[in-house]
Amino acid sequence: MSLGPSPKRAPRAAQEASSALYDIPGPKARARHLGYGIAASLALAALVAWVIHLLVDTGQFSYVKWRPFGYVGIQELLLRGLGNTLKAFALAAVLALALGAVLAAGRLSEHRPVRWVSTVLVEFFRAMPVLVMIFFVFVALEVQPLPALVTGLTLYNGSVLAEVFRSGVLSVDRGQREAAYALGMRKTQVMTYVLVPQAVRAMLPTIISQLVVALKDTSLGFLITYEEFLHAGRLIAINMDYTMPFIPVVIVVSAIYIGLCMLLSWFANWVARRERGNIKNEAVSVGPPEAAPTMPGAHP
Amino acid sequence: MDVLTENFSLYGEGFWGTVKLTVYSSLLALAVGVLMAGFRVAPVRALRVVGTTWVTVLRNTPLTLLFFAMLLGLPRFGVALPFELFAVLALGCYTSSFICEAVRSGINTVPVGQGEAARSLGMTFGQTLGAVVLPQAFRSVIAPIGSTLIALAKNSAIAGSFSVVELLSTYKTLSENGYSVVWSFVWIAVGYLILTLAISALFHAMERRWGVAR
Repeated sequence: MSLGPSPKRAPRAAQEASSALYDIPGPKARARHLGYGIAASLALAALVAWVIHLLVDTGQFSYVKWRPFGYVGIQELLLRGLGNTLKAFALAAVLALALGAVLAAGRLSEHRPVRWVSTVLVEFFRAMPVLVMIFFVFVALEVQPLPALVTGLTLYNGSVLAEVFRSGVLSVDRGQREAAYALGMRKTQVMTYVLVPQAVRAMLPTIISQLVVALKDTSLGFLITYEEFLHAGRLIAINMDYTMPFIPVVIVVSAIYIGLCMLLSWFANWVARRERGNIKNEAVSVGPPEAAPTMPGAHP
Repeated sequence: MDVLTENFSLYGEGFWGTVKLTVYSSLLALAVGVLMAGFRVAPVRALRVVGTTWVTVLRNTPLTLLFFAMLLGLPRFGVALPFELFAVLALGCYTSSFICEAVRSGINTVPVGQGEAARSLGMTFGQTLGAVVLPQAFRSVIAPIGSTLIALAKNSAIAGSFSVVELLSTYKTLSENGYSVVWSFVWIAVGYLILTLAISALFHAMERRWGVAR
């Protein structure tokens, strides 16, 4: 049971009725709510109209400002930027998943030194701003922008994913592990055949959400002059020949960037819904489709 | 060690800049986040749509893009504000979407009977939410909000690349003055560790004082 309005799948009447925070509205309350709704919509419409007025007033929708997007060269520049963003994302995602698996295995190890080293690494990389790591690799180790970006993203997301993997393995019912040991499996077999498959399926929504974070953070490459999507946008925006179409560039770039991230977030939600209804997940609880950074020292 | 002692005032200035950014953005994020959480559970459909849109869009926006659009875009409309204020706006709005989700899931942990009892006493939606549900939800959202604010403190490093004085950007001055890059980064890292551990300690203390396990 929840206090808020129920998920949008429920029919509308049931949805209005299911919140414990307010009574089922009668005729008077419905009229009042309609009034509030109209007032809110009008205020919002006024805000949108004002923004559009500002945009039109400063000539942001004029033909010259949008003409560059029709040029093949500009389109290629943007696509190359987008390709570089996706390349950094793909590399960082794969490496972060690998690093996360290694660190999680280390934290679950039976050997104290291994456990201790992995814990220190995980806690340190989670506590550092990812930008500090990227700048450190870029400035102090003097590497190219792409490896610097990928290293920073891998270290940060890898250590967060390690915690996700670890909590997934720990959340599998104790009976599963005990049954596997009772069948005579070794600890590696228990891990690889019994615990990890269930943990990964249960944690898939959270893992995908963490990849959304990695995708968003590839835009940090802009700050170390990696030629990614935002960088391509800036090149167009500061070009005098195109009358510096800054606002059109922001509109185009943010629509594509936010659209990509939303698509991946929506996928995480879809997986979460699917896995919750999956009979194979009886011995685990499926993780939430959101990347939840935990406080340092918040877990036992 | 020399790097720190010889440039103590520079580091202090940067650290203070990061602290100020974090505190002001946190206040903005908390205010907007709680308001949006209220919108998301409100009986008025239009308000729910506003809350949901705010959260969905901002949670999927790269923070660098938000900085880029705000700090370089708003001045084109003649909105001339100091860079610090733009940075607080960008960080605050971005973080408010995460605060909103934390508060909303906190509201959902309060037993349904509490809301029903408040309603049967004749309380309105505002009274139910403000006087009964939110105070109880507060107890279970301390830890998630703490993690969100730590993330905010770490994200404030981006502001340094947009001409705001903060901790990370001190490395530029130091390397121009010929100091060891590695050591200047070590002290920057220590600064961020101090800040995040301080926030963590504060919220752990609050959790011990007021938190409940639900």
